[in-house]
Amino acid sequence: MANPVDTLVKPGSGRGLLDVYGDRFLLKLLVRKEIKIRYRGSVLGLMWSYVKPLMQFLIYFIALGIFLNLEHGTPNYAIYLFSGIVLVNFFTESLSNATRSIVDNRDLIRKIYLPRELFPVATVWVSAAHFLPQLLVLIAACLFVGWTPSVLQIAAAVLIFVMVAVLATGLGLMFGAVNVYFRDSENIVDMIVMVVTWASPVLYVWTMVERVMGQWFWVYMLNPMTVAVEVFHWTFWEPTLKANQLVSDTMPPDLLTFWLPVSLLISVAILFIGQLMFRRLSVHFAQEL
Amino acid sequence: MSLHGHVAISCIGVRKQFVLRHTRSLKEALVWLVRGRKGDLSKKFLALNHVSLEVKQGETVALLGLNGSGKSTLLKLISGVLQPDGGTVRTRGRVAGLIEVGAGFHHDLSGRDNVYLNGAILGMSEKQIDEMFDSIVEFSEIGEFIDTEVKFYSSGMYLRLAFSIAVHTDPEVFLIDEILAVGDEPFQRKCIAKIKELAEKGKTLFVVSHDLDLVATVCERGVLLEHGEVVMDGNVHDVVGELRRRSASV
Repeated sequence: MANPVDTLVKPGSGRGLLDVYGDRFLLKLLVRKEIKIRYRGSVLGLMWSYVKPLMQFLIYFIALGIFLNLEHGTPNYAIYLFSGIVLVNFFTESLSNATRSIVDNRDLIRKIYLPRELFPVATVWVSAAHFLPQLLVLIAACLFVGWTPSVLQIAAAVLIFVMVAVLATGLGLMFGAVNVYFRDSENIVDMIVMVVTWASPVLYVWTMVERVMGQWFWVYMLNPMTVAVEVFHWTFWEPTLKANQLVSDTMPPDLLTFWLPVSLLISVAILFIGQLMFRRLSVHFAQEL
Repeated sequence: MSLHGHVAISCIGVRKQFVLRHTRSLKEALVWLVRGRKGDLSKKFLALNHVSLEVKQGETVALLGLNGSGKSTLLKLISGVLQPDGGTVRTRGRVAGLIEVGAGFHHDLSGRDNVYLNGAILGMSEKQIDEMFDSIVEFSEIGEFIDTEVKFYSSGMYLRLAFSIAVHTDPEVFLIDEILAVGDEPFQRKCIAKIKELAEKGKTLFVVSHDLDLVATVCERGVLLEHGEVVMDGNVHDVVGELRRRSASV
């Protein structure tokens, strides 16, 4: 927000996400504030960030892995399941909090001009802070069953994490801005969140989808979260398999060579569109909130 | 800061319109369509019309007018919170508002955390806050309670801390909206002294207040708004007199 003193500028016309980068100090404080107050007054505190996903994991593992016997067809199903769950949780938490972030911060937005993109971006960072402890649990579990990833696999996982953050930020900007005008947006996002866990291969394996969708399987692969979850499987689950457990269709075809670049493109495009929509809609935030 | 004479705030033909009632639900919109689109779905209200105003650096301007004359809207346009529907608003240098002090406070954070958060919200850098921190605490008279959560503060302490942060932000243009009634009598005097000190330092002040005697001592120039239009612009004493005359006849 630093204006040179010698020019007249129009107040309240920022450069969007670039301003957020310029205001890293404020972003840091907003993220720290959210983390501090998230579990205020609770005895377990940050432990809830471990307890909730572990509970979720147990439910799925018992219901699907044991009752529906998916565990039998999929070796190390627990690892398979948990690596998908943590990534999808990061996405859904980011998206639903980013969608609400503008309305939640209405007191501030109505009174003081700030680059409003700060709020959705801050929520994604907060979700990342909750994602990291879960990732540590995942890595510990992987190491326990003999995980030997290659450097390329680690790099791919990092790239996917960034991609999911970009995707969530883009969608968060879109739905967050629309939410100011139509609170329906929150409900649409709640539905997306519900669907996402099932629309990507978190609980089941991709071959089951291909069997049903046949030549339309590419539609399923267009979902960036499908690709993201599969790459996470490639990094965290595939290296834990023994040689005799690896089959030719462990991973979907062309995952890294074709689908990964496609989903990167889709995610960046969504961020771009999200920023454009947000800028157009943010002009009247203060009077509509 | 010897930029006296430069324009600090420039408003040219500013118009701002609010939509008073929105129909957002599908049901209401359908009923409206079925009934042959009778009436307007939304009602509009013109808050500011043809407002042109130029404030030079170092000027102290009081924006006067009765309730609903558009004073706060103009202030929000200058701070960038609102965007005009017509005309242009431009400012030079950093603009910070003593608008609704404490808007950026979070009740569950300590006073210290809130100083940093609110300072950053008002545009200060980490280094600036570090340097100003002791001075902010001293001015607010919070003392040892600075590490207590803000929700345990009395309302006076809360406002004092918020005001103290705001006056330490050191922008080129200060927007002040009805906050001179902060705390008890001694603290109020301290605030007014601080504001006068800022004016002497050559800061541009743009003040909205209903306390006419007070603004007359702080500001030199007065601008009178009525129904969203500038009706008078001149020496603050003349404008205060005119406002008193007009409100007596209402």
